[in-house]
Amino acid sequence: MRLRLRFTKRGKVRFTSHRDVARIWERTLRRVELPVARSQGFSPRPKLHFGLALSTGHESLAEYLDVDLVEGAVVDTAALPARLTAALPGGLIATAAGVVAPGTPSLQHAVTSSRWEIEVGGLDLPTLSTRTEALLAATELVMTRQRKGKDVSDDVRPHLFHLRPTAARETGSLLIAELGSQNRGLRPSELVTLLGDGASEGLVRRTHQFTEHDGVRSEPLTPAPHAEARAS
Amino acid sequence: MSSVWPRLEPILPRVQKPARYIGGEDGSQTPEHHPAKVAWLLGYPDTYEIGLPNQGLQILYEILNERRDAVAERTYAPWTDLQAELRAHDVPLFSVDSHRPASDFDVFAFNLSAELTYTNLLDMVDLAGCPVVAAERTTDDLFIGAGGHCTYNPEPIAAFLDFVVLGDGEEVVGEITEVLAAWKAARAADETVPRRDALVALAGVTGVYVPGLYEAEHAPDGTLLATRRTHPAAPEVVEKRTIADLAQWPYPRNQLVPLTEVVHDRLNVEVFRGCTRGCRFCQAGMITRPVRERPADQVRTMVERGLRRTGYDEVALTSLSTADFSGIETVVSGIVNGDAPGAASVPPPVVSERIDSESPSDGSPGRDGVGPGSTLDCGAGLGPGLASDISVSLPSLRVDAFTVGIAAEIQRARRTGLTFAPEGGTWRMRQVINKLISDDDLYGAVQSAYSQGWRRMKLYFMIGLPTETDEDTLGIATLAREVVKIGRKYHKNPSVTVSVGGFVPKPFTPFQWFGQNTREELTRKVGLLRDATRRDGGVQLKWHDPRATTVEGIMARGDRRLAPVIEDVWRHGGTFQEWSEHFDLQLWTDALERNGLSVEELVYRHRTEDEVLAWGHLSAGLHHDFLWQDWRDALNEVGLEDCRWTPCYDCGACTGYGIEHVVANAQPPAGGSQGTGRSPAVPVTLGRRAEPAGVA
Repeated sequence: MRLRLRFTKRGKVRFTSHRDVARIWERTLRRVELPVARSQGFSPRPKLHFGLALSTGHESLAEYLDVDLVEGAVVDTAALPARLTAALPGGLIATAAGVVAPGTPSLQHAVTSSRWEIEVGGLDLPTLSTRTEALLAATELVMTRQRKGKDVSDDVRPHLFHLRPTAARETGSLLIAELGSQNRGLRPSELVTLLGDGASEGLVRRTHQFTEHDGVRSEPLTPAPHAEARAS
Repeated sequence: MSSVWPRLEPILPRVQKPARYIGGEDGSQTPEHHPAKVAWLLGYPDTYEIGLPNQGLQILYEILNERRDAVAERTYAPWTDLQAELRAHDVPLFSVDSHRPASDFDVFAFNLSAELTYTNLLDMVDLAGCPVVAAERTTDDLFIGAGGHCTYNPEPIAAFLDFVVLGDGEEVVGEITEVLAAWKAARAADETVPRRDALVALAGVTGVYVPGLYEAEHAPDGTLLATRRTHPAAPEVVEKRTIADLAQWPYPRNQLVPLTEVVHDRLNVEVFRGCTRGCRFCQAGMITRPVRERPADQVRTMVERGLRRTGYDEVALTSLSTADFSGIETVVSGIVNGDAPGAASVPPPVVSERIDSESPSDGSPGRDGVGPGSTLDCGAGLGPGLASDISVSLPSLRVDAFTVGIAAEIQRARRTGLTFAPEGGTWRMRQVINKLISDDDLYGAVQSAYSQGWRRMKLYFMIGLPTETDEDTLGIATLAREVVKIGRKYHKNPSVTVSVGGFVPKPFTPFQWFGQNTREELTRKVGLLRDATRRDGGVQLKWHDPRATTVEGIMARGDRRLAPVIEDVWRHGGTFQEWSEHFDLQLWTDALERNGLSVEELVYRHRTEDEVLAWGHLSAGLHHDFLWQDWRDALNEVGLEDCRWTPCYDCGACTGYGIEHVVANAQPPAGGSQGTGRSPAVPVTLGRRAEPAGVA
């Protein structure tokens, strides 16, 4: 049986790395004594499957994690988030849990985009608006990025799904962006670079992750809060 | 509550590994400060990853926070990128618990475990906004303290410290708190009460050394004539503190679980303190006497409760030689098989294991206790919801078949690597250092290991030991070659890693009089071994940088003349000297030259019996005569049995303090009192000591 969990990463704990968070989850699942399935072989590991890595320092309201449980395990998914949150460090809060139907694609494959709130320093709202319009108007945005130690240039325009500058903040402006994540996608930090001179990255927060299946866009987890799941 | 967090937060995205600075560990505390309480900032002068697991610091953190009159928070050395950012933005050093500025505390106390971290201590004191030189501090400045093994010779950094603690800290931190609380109350009532009153009162606490109340006198040629007290409240000789019964101190109760990866990232349960094997190079074994075991039931409870609370999947049973713990087999199998008391609720199946190094020995290459680990799925029999991947790690094991037997008990699968530390390349050499492992002990242990499925052996050695000849050095290569040969009987490609470290003589050991090998000599010996092992398939040689060994030697036995040298190196940017990417020998040689000091005099020269040693006014309880006699015995290649199971040699550690070994089982372990399992045919000259010099 595969469980899917949604959790937040906010505050000081956002400075932990993706790998740190994976280790925190391994310990947390042991602490709540969830019967996690383990890989075979000489060096068995708990079977956890993470979605798209969140950059160290960025916050999130919508991180996801799949957990394989041993056969026959019984879990009250409605009560699980609270149990997990109690065992997690501050800033990591489990917000939903649900059972994933067999055959569901992994998070890595399923998630096609994320929505972000990006604090942009150094640009006032009118300037930010002008620059985002220019980005959206472009037919091609070729960007050179490092990949495996080599410079690779490609067009990132297809990954710009949506950009909306909003309320000015103390430090600058806020940009709401939906960015594609498949085929390398575009990271929020890279978007800030594309905004050009003077733009600096403030707090970045992922608010949603989206999947697309047969043209239907949804979030990876729609919990059935009162269902008690039993593995078949 | 003041917090530097709002100023730190915008900096963190620009530094490496920002999780080092956020705190929030399970087990961490944000105690409520109060003017009447003594606020301790406990510091470790190295990175968070190295410092966080330090058990001493964690023990004191809990003990202090349990007191009504104290609070304690923690801090670690900011990496060079954050150092620069803090200075550029005028942000002070802070605690990771509540991000309070260091200046909000009363005491800033360091754990000193490695000499090369001394410049980090200066940097942290400076970042705290406190004058680095103790004499320049005023009433409102922090009290800078230090404890840990390095403080058995604190003289090189005496000028920077207000007080130093010798020995176990569990009891004495309370007494220091009381002294400082009383001083704070007096000062609250009368502003003119001077800082010096506190220092004088601290000097009256047993185990506390206040360097400012002593004066070192040197002859014009630099020879130390005496270190004398300058105040009647200061004792002529400062004695170490020893807790008599480890069972009364089941700490840490709530071991910190870091959010980011650290060394020794596992549950650690100390099974005993002290070691009386008597390895002559080993400072830890000399200064922590006598042996005090934790009751086996308490060990089991701490393991069970700790695993359950932390979610760790690995537990280490720590000590200086864990195989010596009375009934170690029962304890280990109890954990492994989940038949500890209350086992019904224990996260039981313990399955796998890591075997690490032998006893830690000064001057040897990094014994970080991190070895190849493994896990084995216990499969059936586990209740759902219970972790089934707990592994047990036994650092500091002996070289013998008994030990391999324990390893086999807990490492039932994936037997990849085992580590042994013979330390010396020949039997003669090992008699000198009193590590009485015969070649056959080693071969028997590796044969047993290879035959039970292990494939990789790691062997630790020291070079530059007293009386060492090239034959002894090359003996290391011979042993390694033989081990490979044994391995070939069982495996196609057995691998043997040989790690070699230059020996640094340490205070309060029989080798404290020995002139350390020069950098050139150590380099030459490394070269000998490189040549000798080059053509040997299967032998991999690793060595510790002899330049770093030399600098460690400068501080290990240095005196007060080194203070300006250390300050000079720090002022020239020399922090993180224990990190090879930052170590800079030139900084040290330049600073020594500017201060008219020579490595020759400080490090390479043999010391004489009547010479005044820099640490002569401090005591680890060991009689001078005992250490000198043991030094003579070493030169005569005479071994000495473990006094835990044999008559007392009157080293002074028990008798002087009216304490005794606490050992559950008075029977020596398998293989005799040195526990090496050697065959009787090996000619050991045990117990036939020369008449003690100067004793009737």
